[in-house]
Amino acid sequence: MSTETETSRENGAVTAPKRPWTRRNGRTSGREDEFSSQTHVYLPHAAGLPPLRSYVREVWRRREFALELSRTRLRAQHFNTVFGQLWLVLNPLLLAGVYFVLVDIIRAHSRGLDFFAHLMAGLFAYYFVSNSMREGVKSVVKGGKLILNTAFPRGLLPIASVITAFMRFVPTIFIYAPVHIIAGLPIGPHLLWVFPLIALLTVLACGLAMFVAAAQVYFRDLSSFLPYALRVWLYVSPVLYYAHEVPSRYKWLLDANPLAPLLTAWSDVLNGGHAPTASDLALGGAWAFAIFVLGALFFVSREREFAVRI
Amino acid sequence: MLSASDKLSIRVEDVSVTYRTSFERTPTLRSTVLRLGRRERVMREIEALKNVSFDVSHGTVLGILGANGAGKSTLVRTVAGILPPTDGRVEVRGRVSTLLALGVGFNRDLSGRENVVLGGLAAGLTRDQMEAKYEEIVEFAELEEFMELPMRTYSSGMYGRLGFSVAVSMDPDILLIDEALSVGDARFRRKSFEKMRELCNQARTIVLVSHSMGSISELCDAAIWMHRGELRMVDEPDAVIEAYTRSLD
Repeated sequence: MSTETETSRENGAVTAPKRPWTRRNGRTSGREDEFSSQTHVYLPHAAGLPPLRSYVREVWRRREFALELSRTRLRAQHFNTVFGQLWLVLNPLLLAGVYFVLVDIIRAHSRGLDFFAHLMAGLFAYYFVSNSMREGVKSVVKGGKLILNTAFPRGLLPIASVITAFMRFVPTIFIYAPVHIIAGLPIGPHLLWVFPLIALLTVLACGLAMFVAAAQVYFRDLSSFLPYALRVWLYVSPVLYYAHEVPSRYKWLLDANPLAPLLTAWSDVLNGGHAPTASDLALGGAWAFAIFVLGALFFVSREREFAVRI
Repeated sequence: MLSASDKLSIRVEDVSVTYRTSFERTPTLRSTVLRLGRRERVMREIEALKNVSFDVSHGTVLGILGANGAGKSTLVRTVAGILPPTDGRVEVRGRVSTLLALGVGFNRDLSGRENVVLGGLAAGLTRDQMEAKYEEIVEFAELEEFMELPMRTYSSGMYGRLGFSVAVSMDPDILLIDEALSVGDARFRRKSFEKMRELCNQARTIVLVSHSMGSISELCDAAIWMHRGELRMVDEPDAVIEAYTRSLD
């Protein structure tokens, strides 16, 4: 160290304290306000987690950012043009049509319109979750410069991806509705169950989007593996078949699949015409919240490192 | 030393920043799996800041000097709350606006307008505040015709101008600027220098990283010299510049 290190001006505006730092008592130092607009205190994060309550408060305060980010992304995908909208309707419709033909061929023409409705509803719900992950996986890595320049809760980036996926999910409900009616499926108060189920799917999607977004920072090839994993996941989910048709030796696939109970309940409500079973609801809810907590904790505990990893 | 009447703006106490980085250009799952097979470790620790302490009182314009890789940008990022310290404590009082080397424009496919709005919302401004500032930002950057175009069509000078305008229009209590004074053409450079002088004269705290000793000497009332992650010197700008220039010979 140079002899000049300890130089300081007597009346200088900038001073280099000569004493080692000692923690002051009874000051604001105990409270850590990460992003708020007044006093900011930045401390090492040995424990890994920032104070969660203020984190959540800041996420909520900047919700407008997540909404705007998702809105610009949709605009980039021509969401607001006629053909963009049309594509948004046609794409899932074609997808459902292709899968229907496929299953109908394999099952030697035993499927009717009610199965088509099941297939469609399941695909749309599944695509909501998988689009959240597809959008989310690159959300942090692509936000590179914003992360390097601005201090904000990074969790907003994958949340914006889930909002984008949700905005693309909403119009599919209106494609499904006429099919539901034409197929003569029951309409009644039990359909209100779709709302808690969508809420649970959203919780699950948030957890998964946060997890893959953080993992992508460390493993940049995750985004190339993800589509394959997602395709396999679709095939082991009760979308191309009914959950009750699964032979007992493959039952474990449904048990190990976090989406299976929610999709089973989804089909029960829309296709079966009755409320979901308590076990599906409890299991689906448990999966959704467990994955949300794990994904969010992983993301939040890692997010302060993103700036040096990008 | 800091007298009791001075209002503290930034306090950096014994801050160290160490980060681990890998040799790989892009970390992948594939290479990690292969490496586990060979039992290699490729992590390297970088000590970007070592026990740095200083206080900045309200209204000071502080210049930071140092060679490339001396830890200047890391220091500014730590004060901005972007990089957490590995050790020590940073206290910042007031609203911070940053203009770091990369400027605005995090997504080149989005238009200038979208980038500006998103940047402001991320920084914690409301939509109304952002709308109110927007005209001023565009006017200062002189980019009226370009705001609806994607930023990939911008020249590097236009990038710099927009970044500078955003940072100075935020009415921050504390402005952190990293190597961004020399943007745009000669005319804009003069304009931004004038703006800086205006901001310096208002009672704001400004931290300025620059390789231009002329601007540090003219704008700042204090300077620090960073050398390999350590705080080498704190003094009046001219004294620091002199010592720093002497060390280069």
